[in-house]
Amino acid sequence: MIPGTVMAAGPLRLSARRVGAIILRHLYVLKRSWPRILELAYWPTVQMILWGFVTSFFLQNSSWVAQAAGVLISAVLLWDVLFRSNLGVSLSFMEEMWARNLGQLFVSPLRPIELVAALTTMSLIRSLISVTPAALLALPLFDVWVFSLGPPLAAFFFNLLIFGWSIGLVVSALVLRLGLGAESLAWVAVFAIAPLSGIYYPISSLPEWLQPVAWALPSAPVFEGMRAVLFEDSFRLDLFAASLALNAVYLTGAIAFFLAMIHVARKRGLLLQQGE
Amino acid sequence: MRDDRESMAPVIVVDRVTKRYGPVTALDAVSFTAAAGSTLALLGGNGAGKTTTISILLGLLLPTSGSVTVLGHDMVRERHRVLGRMNFSSPYVDLPRRLSVAENLNVYAHLYGLADPKGRIRELAAALDLEGFLSRPTGDLSSGQRTRVALAKAMLNAPRLLLLDEPTASLDPDTADWVRGYLQAYQRDSGATIVLASHNMSEVERLCDAVVMMRAGTIVDRGAPAELIARYGRRTMEEVFLDIARDRRKPFDEAKKLASR
Repeated sequence: MIPGTVMAAGPLRLSARRVGAIILRHLYVLKRSWPRILELAYWPTVQMILWGFVTSFFLQNSSWVAQAAGVLISAVLLWDVLFRSNLGVSLSFMEEMWARNLGQLFVSPLRPIELVAALTTMSLIRSLISVTPAALLALPLFDVWVFSLGPPLAAFFFNLLIFGWSIGLVVSALVLRLGLGAESLAWVAVFAIAPLSGIYYPISSLPEWLQPVAWALPSAPVFEGMRAVLFEDSFRLDLFAASLALNAVYLTGAIAFFLAMIHVARKRGLLLQQGE
Repeated sequence: MRDDRESMAPVIVVDRVTKRYGPVTALDAVSFTAAAGSTLALLGGNGAGKTTTISILLGLLLPTSGSVTVLGHDMVRERHRVLGRMNFSSPYVDLPRRLSVAENLNVYAHLYGLADPKGRIRELAAALDLEGFLSRPTGDLSSGQRTRVALAKAMLNAPRLLLLDEPTASLDPDTADWVRGYLQAYQRDSGATIVLASHNMSEVERLCDAVVMMRAGTIVDRGAPAELIARYGRRTMEEVFLDIARDRRKPFDEAKKLASR
């Protein structure tokens, strides 16, 4: 048995060493490319600054926002957790396709489930690199300390991170099946759910027929929960549990879909044909 | 861990393997075996089914029917039991170009679970003359250098079965000759089994004990290079290849017909 193997049943057996190898491969890319690290941190920071100024305007013109000055900035930062988490998975996967490296990986002892573990870990690393500078900068610029959300912030982060993994895995699976021509799905898919997530407004402000659809997404309870903390100073355990339960369903489905698409790729000979 | 069925059986057993893509049959009931320590060549023109066969041997592609056993294990159901003892190199797959040579080899050394990745990389860098460019991005190397790096990656786990798809394609004659020499020495020293797909007939004559000739997804002949040359009444494998590719002579088919009467 290879050192570092974590035992689990059958096909779910993971080797921490092989998962670490894939993480190392992506850290090598990040390490040697400062523009990539800068790009990761750049967009959340720009978003935060933009919405900071929007907030400053609304503070003088809107009683809703005036109740909790950090609501828009917190929302934009949490939205970026979801956005970056999705990209962290899908871009890391597509990196292997761009590099024509998938064939090499799949003839190594790496198991598909280990690839999933590595992609999601890379997503966590990329999300932290992305969001942390913007979160820190919000204090000197707008006097908003997003960490004042306290422990609930970790719950929001965790749920959005997992939902981002689910979207990223589904996008990666589709790109594997359809080819790199479908890579724009990485950006399109996550923006498609943005209006339904209630990032900047309560779900109750959506048309009534659309509200059940919104509540079927793990992101909607997170942003509702964030507003509950900021406006009512209460952590809604029911919303947290709802998001967690939905995430369990979505992530299980996304992993199953990803593994199924790898099986399809093995049937159709797609693993050797990928590349630019 | 090796078990009895691995040590007793041929390294590769391909039994009536068919691969279909919709109406297209890429492989049609192909069967062959490879003995331990042998070098087997898959020969044929473009579209003959060589890469499809290698992909199935690697478990990258699932056969429509038939079975493939490698090192005693079924490649459809048990590929993860043998992948650590196989390796592969092809000009059609790549290593990440932004990573340095050492970084790429280090990643794969960890994927193959090597106990001493740095020591093994040093050893291979010396053997394959990579020391001068270990820290350079892989994408900056010449095709000859990249082929040596790909070979180093394929040698990391000292594989018992090495599959090579056109190992010397696009190499200059000097580098190609050097690679062939390296493969011969590796096989002699390790007793590994090598399967290669090639269009280079002199390479096949030099390296291989057995040849499987393919055309349009079927096996049309097989034997040792010297046997084939004698059977076709030719002087080189190049001439035998042309006979088969152009369907000029069919001694194997005729022999089969005679045997079936």
